[in-house]
Amino acid sequence: MPKQSPIPDELDRPFWAACNEGRLVIQHCTRCDRLQHPPEPTCAQCGSADNLEWRQVSGRGRIYSYAVMYDTPVTVLQADQPFNIVVITLEEDPGIQMLSHLPGTTVDQVPWGASVQVEFETTPNGQKVPEWRVVG
Amino acid sequence: MATEYWPNSRLRTKTGLGVWEHRGKVAVAGIGFAPTMRRWDGEDLSTSVGALTIVAAQKALDDAGISKGEIDGVVACPIGMGDNWGPESVTGRPYFAPPYDTEDGLIGTSADWLVKNMGLWNAKSTFHGAACFNTAMSVGAQVVGDGLANTILVIRGMGNPPGRYHQAPDTNYSGPRQWSAPFDWRLEPLIAYGFDQYCRKYGKTHDMVAPFVLNQRRNGLLMPEGYYAQHRPETPTKEDYLAARWVVKPMCIMDMDLPIQTAVAFVVTTGERARGMKQKPVYILTHCSQRGVVRSTTETLDETEAFAANIAGMCYEGSGLTARELDVFNPYDGYTLFTQYYLEAFGWHGVKRGEALDFYAGDIRVEGPHPFSSSGGNNGNGRTRSWGQYDCIQQLRGQAGRRQVRIKAETAIAGAFTPGTSDWTVYSTSPD
Repeated sequence: MPKQSPIPDELDRPFWAACNEGRLVIQHCTRCDRLQHPPEPTCAQCGSADNLEWRQVSGRGRIYSYAVMYDTPVTVLQADQPFNIVVITLEEDPGIQMLSHLPGTTVDQVPWGASVQVEFETTPNGQKVPEWRVVG
Repeated sequence: MATEYWPNSRLRTKTGLGVWEHRGKVAVAGIGFAPTMRRWDGEDLSTSVGALTIVAAQKALDDAGISKGEIDGVVACPIGMGDNWGPESVTGRPYFAPPYDTEDGLIGTSADWLVKNMGLWNAKSTFHGAACFNTAMSVGAQVVGDGLANTILVIRGMGNPPGRYHQAPDTNYSGPRQWSAPFDWRLEPLIAYGFDQYCRKYGKTHDMVAPFVLNQRRNGLLMPEGYYAQHRPETPTKEDYLAARWVVKPMCIMDMDLPIQTAVAFVVTTGERARGMKQKPVYILTHCSQRGVVRSTTETLDETEAFAANIAGMCYEGSGLTARELDVFNPYDGYTLFTQYYLEAFGWHGVKRGEALDFYAGDIRVEGPHPFSSSGGNNGNGRTRSWGQYDCIQQLRGQAGRRQVRIKAETAIAGAFTPGTSDWTVYSTSPD
């Protein structure tokens, strides 16, 4: 389904560039050995900007919880409602979440706790965004 | 120079600060609400949000029995809740002649606008609180306590211009919203999915919220100042609630408050000065603010419950009260699916984690032993985020009319907005 397009900035450009290459990368503090997403200029734990790197992750996760949108104010999404909005947690760190419309899954039939795999969907400005699909 | 926003660093945002240094030395001496309307008609400037704020402010002054010359400060939440009026290039709506030649006075009311257009010639100190009326109340309490002003008006105008509320035609996003906007992740899905987690964790269901919503609407009809009492005196049923359309499941339209146009104003002054005014003072025991930070893209139930617990901890610590000493309780209900976090975190009437929805099934009427949210809140009166504060003052004065609770009403708490970002005020009939 159509999505609004993100516009990368200096901070998050590596994330979006990786998406365009079909890879999922997450900011990682080497000092704290801690992932953080969305990306920030500094590590939320140690406060340092010097130890942040981009780490590729498996692209596997689980469905944490969800809601079903019936009345969105977002114009480009109105033709497709109702639709699922699902919160995904990453396999590498369940504290890291990403969002999904869960393509391939019937509205309001979201299998809570199910395994999911990332894929990448192209938005109108050409930028790809992570999406997730139930596997297994 | 335009009034600046009060920084978060000057709010009470953490536990461990002890009892508020101005506990019982600041009081609410006057309250006023303007008439309500669903939307502004876009033409009648006598019902603009600026004009309504003047009406509310005058009511608060009359309630306190003082003249506008006695006001030496104004604290405003200057942002309305509706969409912007202009600019004409975007909305097709030109501005008006001064003082309506900007958004100020059309969608919200700044302190500067009120001072100028109400002729508050003695109001030398002005401050802005960013989030809502409850923020302005926290700022106002601190302003008076710190001696930055003696007798102030705390105001908020809530503009709601013609047109469908908060539509989003944008096709691109940058900055923090780029992580959520493509998926339509906003506040409403966040609250709905949080409630979904809550139900899974505690074995509850959405229909269990019905008694609370219906009681809010019932209390609202007992609030003459509220939108439903003034314009839609209807009594919805449980069947109405269960049949209400989903907005973002599990949140239905009856879980959401109705955007309206109106304004509210309080007179806040020192306890000593309040004792010489017309009404029995209602003393502020403390104020506090929650500015939660989440770990990742969105808030989890664990984080929500921790934020709510922190708010309750700050309120009790700053006021010196315990849960058993809290009489009137008006937590925010703009989405009825998060009010349970507050009820459980504050432990009002012994409610513990996971018990709120069962508590709703009991007697929560204002006539009963557990008069929860006696204001009727925003669900019962329309979206202002200030009915709870208003009700606390009326209850503690014994002036709540048909809403007057039958239990003891000597202490009260009100606050809004979400568990992650909210501001709270603790009141008492006694300064001690």
